[in-house]
Amino acid sequence: MSTINNSRRNFIKTAGTLAIGTTLPISLVELAFAESSQNFTFAYISDAHIQHIKDNRFVRNWDRGLIRAVAETNLLTPKPDFVMFGGDLAQLGSKPELDHGAEILSALHGNVHYVMGEHDYYLDLGEYWGKLFGPQYYSFDHKGVHFVVLNSIKTYDDWTFKRWPTAEQRMLEMADLDNPNGSPFMVGEEQRVWLKDDLDKIDKDTPVVVFSHSPLQKIYKGWNFWTEDADQVQALLQPFSKVSVIYGHVHQIQYNQIGNISFNSVMATAWPWPYPQAYAQAEQYLPKLTVPMNRADPFFDRDATGWQFINMANGNLDLNYTLYNNTSRIVRYNTDKKRPEDVAYQDEKARIVPQTHY
Amino acid sequence: MSTYQKTAMALCLAFASTGSSLADEFTEADVQRWQQQFMAVVGEGRELWTSPKLGTNGVACAQCHPNAANTHPETYPKFQKQLGKVVPLWQMINWCLKNPLEGQPLAADDPKMTALQAYVTYERRGVKLEPGKH
Repeated sequence: MSTINNSRRNFIKTAGTLAIGTTLPISLVELAFAESSQNFTFAYISDAHIQHIKDNRFVRNWDRGLIRAVAETNLLTPKPDFVMFGGDLAQLGSKPELDHGAEILSALHGNVHYVMGEHDYYLDLGEYWGKLFGPQYYSFDHKGVHFVVLNSIKTYDDWTFKRWPTAEQRMLEMADLDNPNGSPFMVGEEQRVWLKDDLDKIDKDTPVVVFSHSPLQKIYKGWNFWTEDADQVQALLQPFSKVSVIYGHVHQIQYNQIGNISFNSVMATAWPWPYPQAYAQAEQYLPKLTVPMNRADPFFDRDATGWQFINMANGNLDLNYTLYNNTSRIVRYNTDKKRPEDVAYQDEKARIVPQTHY
Repeated sequence: MSTYQKTAMALCLAFASTGSSLADEFTEADVQRWQQQFMAVVGEGRELWTSPKLGTNGVACAQCHPNAANTHPETYPKFQKQLGKVVPLWQMINWCLKNPLEGQPLAADDPKMTALQAYVTYERRGVKLEPGKH
């Protein structure tokens, strides 16, 4: 652990020396094993929402978030083994948006793996995204860890294929987070069958890390902080002794533990979202475990976005969130209580005023 | 004729038809009609809230504030630390129109501003008033 802590400090020192600001809207994921020679890191960038205005114009605010994340990822020390992009590269799934997003991501050094988001998907059902980035679900192994990428933002065929007169309208209906005309996300039977088959080949003691865009747990259906068949996907993952799910979509820090499965969200590079309890008319189930982020300051474009180191000590995730304009957060897996906990703020009495959402 | 003008005319006709009733007496039908008028403006506000047309860059209020969450209308007027003074909600809405939406501010009595505030407040119905709260 001390080796890892040192490398974290070195990284931050390097970043500071280069005067790139105090925080990065990306996640550096560090996987630590008993043999420190096996440790490795990867970075995580998510929810860029590149938004085309017209001609050569894109929404500057969202562009800047992704450009900054890419530039700072390239400065990471130690160099990450690969980079994850967690979905919603585009706002409305158009070619200009996906092309512009890919152009910005092209500056990244090293391999990038991609997760499909609903904003990438519902214009052409992932066709152009697929040409740029490859399959919508897949798995790969890296230094003893089995990684799985799912497309968790599919929905009922009836909604996708029969409900909307045009593809553009379908995209707009799904793009609005609070739209009552939307439809719940799901992994779907095809991918669940594939996942079962994929996992059948893996030893139950192998650490498994699953990437999805939507939470593979049910938090608030009204904003699709939700995956309809989450229970069925969880059932496929529970037999493994160390399973972690990392998801985007929610634009905020969330964490939870369900059985053997640790859940952690990553932040957006574009903008933060309210916690569901901020909607007075909503019934929602934010994990009790989650200590929320500070309420965002809208006057500071990049506030409430940030980056994370994720340390997979003994196959469990620890997240080190570095936040813009805020004190950094550490959410570490507690091996006694077998759940992720915030190191500083988990106790009710330790929480600070800006963490109260209402 | 705009939606607003039509609405105004409908209101005038409504008043004319009940002109004979005493000022301090109104019926269940009156209450329903007033509620409908209010909800029509709330609906107008929801349209604007989710519309890319309020600004110039296609960004909508709802992109950052689904269901108008994290707007806290029940806490205004309040000291807005970023503006350095006590402001009503509409001034904060104008800040958003000018910055994230890269658009023009609205006059305080612009029907669009009324509609935006009606929608935001409606989504917070049931929450107690706490002016000045942070």
